[in-house]
Amino acid sequence: MKRIRKYIERITEGILFSSSLVTSLTVLFIIIFLFREGIGLFSSKPVDKNYTIAVNSTNPINQLSSQQIKEIFNQQTKNWKTFGGRNDSIKLFTLDEVGKIYTDEQLGPDFQNLPKIVDEYIIANPGIIAFFPSNYFPTNFHGKTIHIKNIGIAEFLFGKEWFPTSEPVAEFGVLPLILGTLWVSIGAILLALPIGLITAIYLAEVAGPRFRNFLKPVIELLAGIPSVVYGFFGLVVLVPLIQKTFNLAVGETALAGSIILGIMALPTIITISEDAIRTTPRSLKEASLALGATRLQTLLRVIIPYARSGITAACILGIGRAVGETMAVLMVTGNASVMPHSFLQPVRTIPATIAAELGESQFEGTHFKALFALGIILFLMTMGFNFLVELSKSRKKI
Amino acid sequence: MVVAILFIILGFIVIRGFSVISWKFLTTMPEDGMTKGGILPAIVGTLSLVAGSMIFAFPIGVLSGIYINEYLTDSWLKRFMRNMTNNLAGVPSIVFGLFGMTLFVNTLKFGDSILAGSLTLGLMVLPVIIRTTEEALKSVDDSLRHGSYALGATKLQTIRRVVLPIAYPNIITGVILSISRVSGETAPILFTVAAYFLPKLPTSIFDQVMALPYHLYVLTTSGLNPEASRPMAYGTALVLIAIVLFVNLLANGLRRYFGKKVKMN
Repeated sequence: MKRIRKYIERITEGILFSSSLVTSLTVLFIIIFLFREGIGLFSSKPVDKNYTIAVNSTNPINQLSSQQIKEIFNQQTKNWKTFGGRNDSIKLFTLDEVGKIYTDEQLGPDFQNLPKIVDEYIIANPGIIAFFPSNYFPTNFHGKTIHIKNIGIAEFLFGKEWFPTSEPVAEFGVLPLILGTLWVSIGAILLALPIGLITAIYLAEVAGPRFRNFLKPVIELLAGIPSVVYGFFGLVVLVPLIQKTFNLAVGETALAGSIILGIMALPTIITISEDAIRTTPRSLKEASLALGATRLQTLLRVIIPYARSGITAACILGIGRAVGETMAVLMVTGNASVMPHSFLQPVRTIPATIAAELGESQFEGTHFKALFALGIILFLMTMGFNFLVELSKSRKKI
Repeated sequence: MVVAILFIILGFIVIRGFSVISWKFLTTMPEDGMTKGGILPAIVGTLSLVAGSMIFAFPIGVLSGIYINEYLTDSWLKRFMRNMTNNLAGVPSIVFGLFGMTLFVNTLKFGDSILAGSLTLGLMVLPVIIRTTEEALKSVDDSLRHGSYALGATKLQTIRRVVLPIAYPNIITGVILSISRVSGETAPILFTVAAYFLPKLPTSIFDQVMALPYHLYVLTTSGLNPEASRPMAYGTALVLIAIVLFVNLLANGLRRYFGKKVKMN
């Protein structure tokens, strides 16, 4: 009997242990899966793999970076010499051009003559660069396909353009998205911190128990409202309001995102800073009051400095939350992937980009991988903020 | 100020949404490009997601809370598990969406289904449940445990007969709050379960469903005719808020009720 009981104890402990492993395993799996998909971005090419870029076989250039290809097709660079080739002007050849040069008859039904035409055209023009679907690749090709460099990490992190579906080269520069995210989140904290802090001080130091018992559930409720509802409210109320107030063409701006995120961050800031203020030892407060300091002086000189690390933690945690917030931001910020310059412009954040584009991206394609790479960045950012919170908490102990 | 913000938001949605709500709105399928009809499939979808995620997250969350608080002494393992729980709590919801899509939808081949969505949401609220369980257990006085041991009870008996009955109301409160979180989340279900428009009720856990928060998002931003579906959106928002409010009040009420009871003892 005793042995059976011992067995049962052991087994339960085992079950308990394994279920407590679930969280750790999940974190591990999240990291593995994000990286497995996201890292693939850096071994893929910015050009859709169903397309080919080719030049005349006498052209000495074998390899181009996505930046160079972009310059060529935007006609910013017009001579091969710029990229270390011959002194020969660059001639573009895309499917649009084909329609201008050749008649439908020459192309034949279903473009069946296209491969031959491509081949002939490339032979005839030494300065040509051709961009065409790979399924029209000529069987007996006399040109030379260009080797395209893989997407680089620096290019990804510091690129200023995010045009994942543009042709011929897609651009995956996440800098505007990272800045957009930080911009909106920090704006949110700047708005929420004063209000949150005052509320926290009021709750901890001034309010009577009855009012506190009323306010606490209200704050909890504010935290409980789903983010889509905030987004919806922002879209139908705040966005038109901002548009009218500032006389803008569109009301979906970084400011709208910041205000909504600020409201959403309020409960976090209030709860944590209130806790921090509350932990100020009574003796410190009373000593200050006994020295003749007024309540306000005590508050500013004693309580707030003492609670500073807690308040900092609340701030960072608030930013961390705001950085990861998806739906509300997606609905009110306008989602233009430009470098943010002012609060009255549309911006686009990382989570909003993932949410908006993942459904449209081709499964396992370059765009898909790029979105997972964004997920990695987001994950690392929030982990970084969490770490900062721990840091600011632990500093208090010393 | 804070109270004002809450009441402005609530008041606005309640006033605009109230006229839309009717028995028909709650119990019929959406019609005419979602500009008319009801939101029944979205309500059913959200309820099934809540149920699914709780079936998964409740036992695991409570069990690991018990393990961390009752079995682990102050060691690196305890710190490690606490840290992992904190880390998991800090992961943005959209990342859960990405993760759920690769693991459940693609790797395990569940497809876009209630199962995949519930598991994703369940993992997301797991830290909430673990933490509240831990807090609830921590508030149980150690002298009760020692007393139980002194009477010759084993650890398991102590937990089952002494610790859990006292901590139980607080644990339930935490679980209820996590229900409100599950019913409101949109980002994790975007790629794991949510259907844009699906006017039928789910028949198995491998079906796609509509869900209230996603439905609200669709209605406001990408419906065929956002202006025409505005009333529907107000109604959906009201139903969603009503669910969350109800759940929150329930949790509050429970807390107060049990709080009084404990004091009386």
